[in-house]
Amino acid sequence: MSIAIAMVLVVAGSILFHVLSPWRATPIASNWGFIDDTMGLTFLVTGAGFVAVILFMAYCLYRFRHVPGRRAAYEPENQKLEAWLGIVTTIAVIILLAPGLLVWGQFITVPKDAMVIEAVGVQWSWSFRLPGADNQLGSSDVRYIDTTNSMGLSPADPKGQDDLLIASSELHLPIGKPVKVLLRSIDVLHDFYVPEIRAKMDLVPGVVTYFWFTPTKIGEYEILCAAYCGTGHPQMRGKMVIESEADFETWRTAQQTFEQSRKSDASRDKRASAQ
Amino acid sequence: MTDASVPQNVAPPPAEVPDVDLYHAHSWITKYVFSQDAKVIAIQYAGTAITVGILALVLSWVIRLQLAFPGAIPFIDANVYYQSVTMHGMIMVVYMLTAIFLGGFGNYLIPLMVGARDMVFPYVNMLSYWVYLIATLVLVSSYFFPGGPTGAGWTLYPPQSILTGTPGHEYGIILMLVSLILFIVGFTMGGLNYVVTVLQARTRGMTLMRMPLTVWGIFSAAVMALLAFPGLFVACVMLLLDRTLGTSFFMPSLVELGERKDYVGGSPILFQHLFWFFGHPEVYIVALPAFGIVSDLISVHARKNIFGYRMMVWAIIAIGVLSMVVWGHHMYISGMDPWFGFFFAVTTLAIAVPTALKVYNWVLTLWHADIHFTTPMLFALGFLVTFVNGGITGLYLGNVIVDVPLSATLFVVAHFHMVMGIAPVLVIFGAIYHWYPKITGRMMDERLGKIHFWITFLGAYAIFFPMHYLGVLGMPRRFYEMGETAFVPASAATLNIVITVIALAVGFAQSIFFYNLFKSLKYGAPAGGNPWRAASLEWQTPETPPGHGNWGKHLPVVYRWPYAYSVPGAPEDYLPQNAPPVRGERSP
Amino acid sequence: MSVMGLFFIFIATVAIMWLVRQGVMESPWLEEGEVAHYRRAGGAEPPTAGRVGLAVFLAVAGCLFSLLAAAFFMRGDAPDWQMPPIPGVLWVNTFLLAASSVALQVAVFAARRADAERVKTALLVGAVTAALFLIGQIWAWRELLELRFFASSNAANAFFYLLTGVHALHLIGGLVALARTTDKVRGAERVTKALTTSVELCAIYWHFLLFVWLLMFAMLIGWADGFGAICRRLLS
Repeated sequence: MSIAIAMVLVVAGSILFHVLSPWRATPIASNWGFIDDTMGLTFLVTGAGFVAVILFMAYCLYRFRHVPGRRAAYEPENQKLEAWLGIVTTIAVIILLAPGLLVWGQFITVPKDAMVIEAVGVQWSWSFRLPGADNQLGSSDVRYIDTTNSMGLSPADPKGQDDLLIASSELHLPIGKPVKVLLRSIDVLHDFYVPEIRAKMDLVPGVVTYFWFTPTKIGEYEILCAAYCGTGHPQMRGKMVIESEADFETWRTAQQTFEQSRKSDASRDKRASAQ
Repeated sequence: MTDASVPQNVAPPPAEVPDVDLYHAHSWITKYVFSQDAKVIAIQYAGTAITVGILALVLSWVIRLQLAFPGAIPFIDANVYYQSVTMHGMIMVVYMLTAIFLGGFGNYLIPLMVGARDMVFPYVNMLSYWVYLIATLVLVSSYFFPGGPTGAGWTLYPPQSILTGTPGHEYGIILMLVSLILFIVGFTMGGLNYVVTVLQARTRGMTLMRMPLTVWGIFSAAVMALLAFPGLFVACVMLLLDRTLGTSFFMPSLVELGERKDYVGGSPILFQHLFWFFGHPEVYIVALPAFGIVSDLISVHARKNIFGYRMMVWAIIAIGVLSMVVWGHHMYISGMDPWFGFFFAVTTLAIAVPTALKVYNWVLTLWHADIHFTTPMLFALGFLVTFVNGGITGLYLGNVIVDVPLSATLFVVAHFHMVMGIAPVLVIFGAIYHWYPKITGRMMDERLGKIHFWITFLGAYAIFFPMHYLGVLGMPRRFYEMGETAFVPASAATLNIVITVIALAVGFAQSIFFYNLFKSLKYGAPAGGNPWRAASLEWQTPETPPGHGNWGKHLPVVYRWPYAYSVPGAPEDYLPQNAPPVRGERSP
Repeated sequence: MSVMGLFFIFIATVAIMWLVRQGVMESPWLEEGEVAHYRRAGGAEPPTAGRVGLAVFLAVAGCLFSLLAAAFFMRGDAPDWQMPPIPGVLWVNTFLLAASSVALQVAVFAARRADAERVKTALLVGAVTAALFLIGQIWAWRELLELRFFASSNAANAFFYLLTGVHALHLIGGLVALARTTDKVRGAERVTKALTTSVELCAIYWHFLLFVWLLMFAMLIGWADGFGAICRRLLS
């Protein structure tokens, strides 16, 4: 008996918790509103299923509890009922799956005009690279990494010379422009995660992964690592600043190119050796 | 009254197994320690599994204390935290749940339920336990090596798992991999036994479709485990070689903390494929036996046949087959070819259909039933609530695009604890309360059992249901401390404290269970052979607890399915599987 | 991964066909009676537990080797992949293992005819050739190591040692079983049915290991590259 009441209370409590909970998804700051919509749809469909199943069960427990003299019915199966239930469930699953797959299709199709940038993960910090005037990123490899070239850019690749290197963990992006983020790790698995843009993707050493999004809201957002990467994992943070096109240009022109950084490093070395 | 549609010209299997086939214990040591009796091996398996399970439970308190009071507990630093997370996960999934369901319940119930005298290869069965025990000891011994156990997370993803930024990279990871390899070897021995016993040693009249669903669940889980564990085996061997010999199976060129490593060209994603090829079926290796056991508990205590037995069997088979081709849903954001997302999302959500049908059939079994609210029944019902809840959140994570924001957050942690942590553990408790009278001959205390149930069920739900919301908020998992983070409100910390307090309370409440377990050994009410008036074969043994060889001189002959409850016209509300049909009575 | 796919489809097909034959689709489970259908084609003798056990074990081992092959092809995509030269002794080894397999098959035929003497000889020949195969494998390892093809220097080398090593371990396990069978045959007056079964089980296991070796050898010398290319095309 009490279990029937408990089940009703569990359902009521769960719904109440959902309504009253102050813990909700962060305000979205990208074009992936569809993801939130799909999740909302999933919540409605599955929530209805949960409530229906548990309440029906609670009713059965109350109605068919043992009382002296009761004898259960004998009904091995009811194929028609089972077939119907199977069909209804299949339809519900298709309702969830179809929009999900459509949105996934968009997620993996990067717009042609997307601005390409690169995020580089290392235990335990973020750095970034933006293409220079040629609008292309130069090639890179782990074997080029040294004290003056922490991102491992190919020194010989002309495309890489004008790349803008941002070692400060602070990435600026213009609002309203699709961005394709290339992801590269030079040690272990990391994951580029900004809750407000919904999308995330692993950084895998040895390969370059990517995802894309369009920033839709000006503001500052925290970048976290969402793939466990050792004891410093929670400290691996960065900052993403979404700003107007003009502010972004101002910020971009202030960044150092690969060529400049090597020159300044080289001159510093020279000075150091001269002293 | 015999089944006319069936060819009668073939020889039935013999009703008796000659005594020489059985190994008889000659001394105390061979009877209770190096025993070849499946029932003793079952107790050994379950005892070991529960013991390491308690260790893992204590580790979960370490995790919870750190999350609720970051920095306030002196002995918990980042290393201890990640080591606790890793060991808690690995022990619970592999060394506790897998071992107790297959090694414990499988060993005890399969021979009794199919009417066999023992497992078909008793010696191999004994070896299986001892190898399992050694594997467990190797794992736990890593606490006594410099650097301690590995803190790589239970997924052990390279490159991070064998590099210096991870605690236990000195010996812990090696011991973990060796232990897993041993576990798999030991499990394969046991698994062969479970499968072949079901195939070969069923008694006369016990056709496949007359087996209790518990046997179906354990049998299918054993088959899947035999096919899935090689994935983990290969992954472990190759990772071990990467760690010890410096091969580059999984390790790409990398610069670790400023130092260039010699590895070149390896693929971390290959490890993930191999790991999850095992890892996903593993979920169902734990779930299928639970499905089977819960079906039997509900049927017995609701005095009604399980509804749609055939559908239940098909669903188990369908889930088993499908679960081998869904592993990629753990890797949606791993950087694998995104086109796989379509395939794995479809297969994953397809599993929801047979699983939902099982849930419907459990619930429909309650319709027009005669429900007795015994402790085992309460646990079975508690399983239904937590399983349905955890199952539907699986629909979020299986649907590839919805997984993207939720993956690697506390939503995932809440989901899998609900569906493959709490739900199977409730079944384990229910099953222990249910079969304890058969194993010991005494009943467990019902009052204590009910107290135990209410605290465990409501407490566990209160721990994990709110946790989903922290995940939706975006709080990542495997964070030693959240620190100052703009999007996390202060109230989240309060919720974490509440969850921790409940978790500690629920954890300590388990002592009620253990008190009951040991007290009832001596003071429990005598149970008789069949206290629940159940129809399946294990309750019809001539002795309780069943003696060596289970069945005395003659093996039972089976005349009907195991769910003949409340059959119209029958004098009692159950007909044992081996009760000969009475002529003139209405056949079910 | 397509290797795994093929293997898995094979296992699933066998399992489902068997289940259907056992009547999972029908509902005689609702009937009551002493022996509900117990079907076996043509009154043939039911397989023994040992035989079924071996069949299940071969499925497990097959799964293991398929996974290794899948990993081999997936890792083989990387640009650093460089197969080591194949030691010539492997051809001799292949011949030895085949001979061993043939010898055990001869032992099976002899056991069925209850020819104890010939069983003993054949088992001995089988064991010796298998042992020689193992020595030959060690020889091949030494040769590669002397040429400085270390496991750590290229993943292809590592796979060479891993694949041959895992295969050799299976064969060593088989040799233990074979030794026990030989021991039983030597002690026996005549060839009993149980002995015949043991010999048969050894032979089946040997054929399986020969089959695995042939596929593995094809992979190592590169005859399977075409297959790998097909897999890649299927996946991309």
